[in-house]
Amino acid sequence: MKFVDEYRDPEAARGYAEALAKLVARPWTIMEICGGQTHAIVKFGVDALLPEQVTLVHGPGCPVCVTPVELIEKALNIAAIPNVIFCSFGDMLRVPAGSRDLFSVKSEGGDVRIVYSPMDALKIALENPGREVVFFAVGFETTAPANAMAAYQARRQGIANFSMLVSHVLVPPAMEVILSSPSNRVQGFLAAGHVCTVMGYSEYEAISRKYNVPVVVTGFEPLDILQGIHMVVLQLEEGRAEVENQYSRAVQREGNTAAQKLIREVFRVVPRKWRGVGEIANSGLGLVDEYSAFDAERKFGLEEHRVEESPDCISGLVLQGVKKPAECPAFAGACTPEHPLGATMVSNEGACAAYYRYRRFDSEGSAGIRSGANTDER
Amino acid sequence: MSDDTTSHGAGFQCPLPVNRYPTVQLAHGGGGRLTQQLVEEMFLPAFRDRELDSRHDGAVLDIPRGRLAFTTDSYVVRPLFFPGGDIGTLAVYGSVNDLAMCGARPLYLSVGFILEEGLPMDTLRRVVQSMKAAAAEAGVRLVTGDTKVVDRGKGDGIFINTAGVGVVEHNLVIAPRSVRPGDWIVLSGDIGRHGIAVMAVREGLEFECRIESDCAPLSGLVLSMLERGIEVRCLRDLTRGGLASALVEIAEAAGLEIRIEEPAIPVREDVRGACEMLGFDPLYVANEGRFICFVPPAEAEKTVALMRSHPLGRDAAAIGSVTEGRAGLVSMKSRIGASRIVDMLSGEQLPRIC
Repeated sequence: MKFVDEYRDPEAARGYAEALAKLVARPWTIMEICGGQTHAIVKFGVDALLPEQVTLVHGPGCPVCVTPVELIEKALNIAAIPNVIFCSFGDMLRVPAGSRDLFSVKSEGGDVRIVYSPMDALKIALENPGREVVFFAVGFETTAPANAMAAYQARRQGIANFSMLVSHVLVPPAMEVILSSPSNRVQGFLAAGHVCTVMGYSEYEAISRKYNVPVVVTGFEPLDILQGIHMVVLQLEEGRAEVENQYSRAVQREGNTAAQKLIREVFRVVPRKWRGVGEIANSGLGLVDEYSAFDAERKFGLEEHRVEESPDCISGLVLQGVKKPAECPAFAGACTPEHPLGATMVSNEGACAAYYRYRRFDSEGSAGIRSGANTDER
Repeated sequence: MSDDTTSHGAGFQCPLPVNRYPTVQLAHGGGGRLTQQLVEEMFLPAFRDRELDSRHDGAVLDIPRGRLAFTTDSYVVRPLFFPGGDIGTLAVYGSVNDLAMCGARPLYLSVGFILEEGLPMDTLRRVVQSMKAAAAEAGVRLVTGDTKVVDRGKGDGIFINTAGVGVVEHNLVIAPRSVRPGDWIVLSGDIGRHGIAVMAVREGLEFECRIESDCAPLSGLVLSMLERGIEVRCLRDLTRGGLASALVEIAEAAGLEIRIEEPAIPVREDVRGACEMLGFDPLYVANEGRFICFVPPAEAEKTVALMRSHPLGRDAAAIGSVTEGRAGLVSMKSRIGASRIVDMLSGEQLPRIC
């Protein structure tokens, strides 16, 4: 495939792996923020090519995983209302809240539809003027512009039967939570390339300075990731802590300013709960007052729901990079993709699901991947 | 619609023959005149078979020497028509392919239609005509059938069930239990086309080029392999769940480990592009005209060459082999040379957020 295969070339991958092996002198722990990168790492086996001194831990960048149970509950409640058409990206349908998910609401008669873009949901609202159409607006900065556009168009065109259940989250505040935790072991970051196509990377410069940590904006193909790791390790070995851009074919420092403007028009920064982590200040987006008519929580008068997460599930620690999936006592036993205890086991991009699908025999020593329960040398 | 249209019974004919009903009525499944007309004007002329023409409750059939293979499958695809086929082609090829995977020569099919009230007659006619063409292509006879009509809203246009009977003319035991460590796995062609073709129509996705379903009858190719004396250990057609699920099923049933090589698996450029866009893995995307074949190592090259000489196996490739290893495990060497597990999915693949 053009422009993709070039980034999956086995010769070049081996070249990077060898260069890394020559470069690395001390053990380092690096976090990839984005769930898309986690997925690529385990799918292609990128970590198996790394020298022993480099440990990857998987960050909180999977929007499906960090959406709090309360919001999933709200989604289930709204989707069950008879006159509602509930639209969502596909991978939110299997996220459990208690023993239920959107699929079970659908099987009980709820009109739950998978869409590929929030604009599709808007179209459904136009085609069904007698019904309430609700879009589950989740995701990081990457999906924010398209979701903002749907709200913007709904307001401009006066589509009153459209609303959004918003659960947007932002990357930089989550990085700060990880870096300021006493149990932190992350020494360098691969920043999420697609988030940065929208937001640019100037936000990360302050974080890099404040915590003295290298941040490399990185793409999603195996060679992108290997190169990103190489750039982080080079900084660590040389004692530098800067923001660098590996993904320059897609990312500019200032990002996509038109998209940022649209986000600011529709959303404001709000505190947001993260599943397994708790509330983080200034870590989410909510609709501004001018758009409150399109706020599904307000429209359907939803109360705060309190749902206890499973005490056996350590997804919060996994999301912060403190633990690896295989270190969870429930992993691959009480918790599987068929019966997930936490969202990290649900999504394709969730670290637990990725490990389950691609790696679960490793702890028994089969395919030769190291377990990550080590490296506290910070 | 055909020269076969004659009135039967006690000199009574419904004043409105099938042709005059633009849509399927509940009475078309009621067992009375309208049912009779539907059979006589729609099904008999299309399927033209002496067993069907005998209008008996069942078919009485001659069986050649050998063991019998018997299978059944139901078809509920949405949309009914997609690039490269429709529900009718699937219903015929599906059962034909299940028989082929037993190493059998497909002989006879039964067809059960469950029609939704209000279905346009023209839609039914198109489906019946493609079943006729598919049966001719696969060399199989449609010898008995049934039609029911359900209330509007209780079905999805057309559901079809087919059952098939075939004859096994060799002594091989073609089954997972015959698979041995060292066996090679040969894949008959590129994967993922059917799933993406159906999805593109269903979800209104537009790609630069049209992706057509791979649906095809596999019996010709399989029988040519058997006739050439290839010692086939196991066959499996790749349907829902794709290549990955088929491999896992066999690894589990055989109690052996399977190792495959990602770069060896043919996936067409446009299918790979669509999968990348949707966050799908082609290993799990449905096919309707592809299968895997387990053969002893000494037969692998010959098998690939033979498949490639057949139009339905042009892109055949050896994709991996069987080892003692860990029972039920399928592992894959990725494009960049690292190894990972290939697991069965819990359900359907879901499009990713970003």
